[in-house]
Amino acid sequence: MSSIGLIISFLFIGLGLIWLLILAIKGREVDRRLIFVFIGIAVSVPLLFKISFSEKATPIVRDVFYKIENLPEGSKVLLSYDYGPSMAPEVEPMSNAFVRHALTKNHKVYFMCLWATGQSLVATAIDSIVKKEFPDKVNGIDYVNIGFKAGGTGVLNVIITDFRKMYLTNVDGVNLDSVPIFNGIKSLRDMDLLVSIGGGFPGVKEWVLFAGAPGNIPTAGGCAAVSAPLLYPYYPRQLLGLLGGIKGAAEYESELKDVYPDRFADMPTPGIAMMGPQTLAHLVVMAFIVIGNIAFFVTRKKKV
Amino acid sequence: MARSKSISIIILLVVIALFILSWVIKATTFESDPDRISLWFSVRDAFFITMAAFLTLAIFSFLYKDNPYYKFAEHLFVGISAAYWMCVGFWSTLVGNLVPNISETLSTFFKVPYKGFHFTYFVPLILGIILLMRLSSKHGWISRWALAWIVGTTAGLNLIRYLRTDFISQVSNTFVPLLVDWKGVGPFFSDFSLSSTGQFAMTLSNWVIFIGVFCGLIYFFFSKEHKGIFGTASRVGIWVLMITFGASFGYTVMGRVSLLVGRLTYLFKDWLGLIS
Repeated sequence: MSSIGLIISFLFIGLGLIWLLILAIKGREVDRRLIFVFIGIAVSVPLLFKISFSEKATPIVRDVFYKIENLPEGSKVLLSYDYGPSMAPEVEPMSNAFVRHALTKNHKVYFMCLWATGQSLVATAIDSIVKKEFPDKVNGIDYVNIGFKAGGTGVLNVIITDFRKMYLTNVDGVNLDSVPIFNGIKSLRDMDLLVSIGGGFPGVKEWVLFAGAPGNIPTAGGCAAVSAPLLYPYYPRQLLGLLGGIKGAAEYESELKDVYPDRFADMPTPGIAMMGPQTLAHLVVMAFIVIGNIAFFVTRKKKV
Repeated sequence: MARSKSISIIILLVVIALFILSWVIKATTFESDPDRISLWFSVRDAFFITMAAFLTLAIFSFLYKDNPYYKFAEHLFVGISAAYWMCVGFWSTLVGNLVPNISETLSTFFKVPYKGFHFTYFVPLILGIILLMRLSSKHGWISRWALAWIVGTTAGLNLIRYLRTDFISQVSNTFVPLLVDWKGVGPFFSDFSLSSTGQFAMTLSNWVIFIGVFCGLIYFFFSKEHKGIFGTASRVGIWVLMITFGASFGYTVMGRVSLLVGRLTYLFKDWLGLIS
């Protein structure tokens, strides 16, 4: 099915691009909406025919993976969902992979968010992953959701010295002092690893600037592709690893499946699934750049 | 004019009919779903899924040209976002942060633990009220005081953090060894490896950082004319910048395609049920 889809999509897109190339050489104008149609086809066909490619984790992704992997059991991992539904298709696969990995390693997971829209996404992750795939994990003992507090970087400035100055309760209204997972936890400095998943402000960069670097706390991140180039300079000294866009998520999922082939045999891998459409869409974009340049040179030659 | 109006009405009726049809079909397909225990859940969920699909298609319709369906979806999004943020602001900031620090009665009412009376919390309360004064055309100027406070404290807090972490640390990150684990020419060639963590790759990577930063800085140095060696280094700097912008563009394409994949997955999977 996958190879048939691949042949059909390559044939369809290829012939269409040749037609556009001919139009470009003839110097005819092409409606911009045709570009949308091509991108639409390039993305839809791999989705419908389930075309995907194998992924191999790069060092920047492996560093995050093996940090979580090598932490001693029961380590405290804070996951901050700093994104909203608009960014979710891109970063949710990585946050889901982080949750699965951390809970498989029996780490204590602390959910929070610097984006108000992240609160419902944390709740969704707890309902769809933690409760369904890890039914033995107990809320308040193995994981906790402390939710959202307004203030962005101000929140980080406070919780790096004291959680309780900002968070009185968890999202269920239970006093933090009565939540067992918070016993002995005063501030972010008591965490073994901070992971921010986001792509806007506040996001991974702010976690590095306001928590990781001043508190000397290991910090990793997963971010939307748009933000990734701005975050690479922090790797590896200030950011121990980074999942950049859906490619990073796909690499992490791939590593998770390789290391735990039995545990995650049936794990949904939206990151890997998205790489098929990604590859085809990028090929189409590159083809358009080439066709656009040919059209430019042909038109210029005709004018001369 | 009358013809275009009647066409618009026909399109609207078709859209409404398709919406209702989709809603009904979706609700009937849900009946066998054990998670939806009653007809009410099926009807409700089917409505939301169909509505989300309709709004997605309405937004996509802008790719063809601007139209009332796109405007409807856009305005709905803006309105809901504003309302959502207002509710979150109330529950998170006023109830979450202010109430537990000023009133035991209100804390009991909103079911949040009372932390004791803290007079200092009246400062942000007053500043918040002052900020709202900009709604008044006569007393709007007062809001500038609160704004000045916000700008001043943010600048003060951020200055140190950014200076230490974003400037000094970033500068020190570029101080990298140009010969990684160097033990001489012999061991270098005898242990030669193209692995990304090998000596050759690490050394090459550090040279790229060094030359990239150096030439990039030269490009932005305007006190000397960009001629000779200085000009060559400046041109290398431009190349470094262009490659960086190219990488950013590639990542941006990837990000946007991911979002498109997300919406199409929703349409094919949740709405149409074409993929599992």
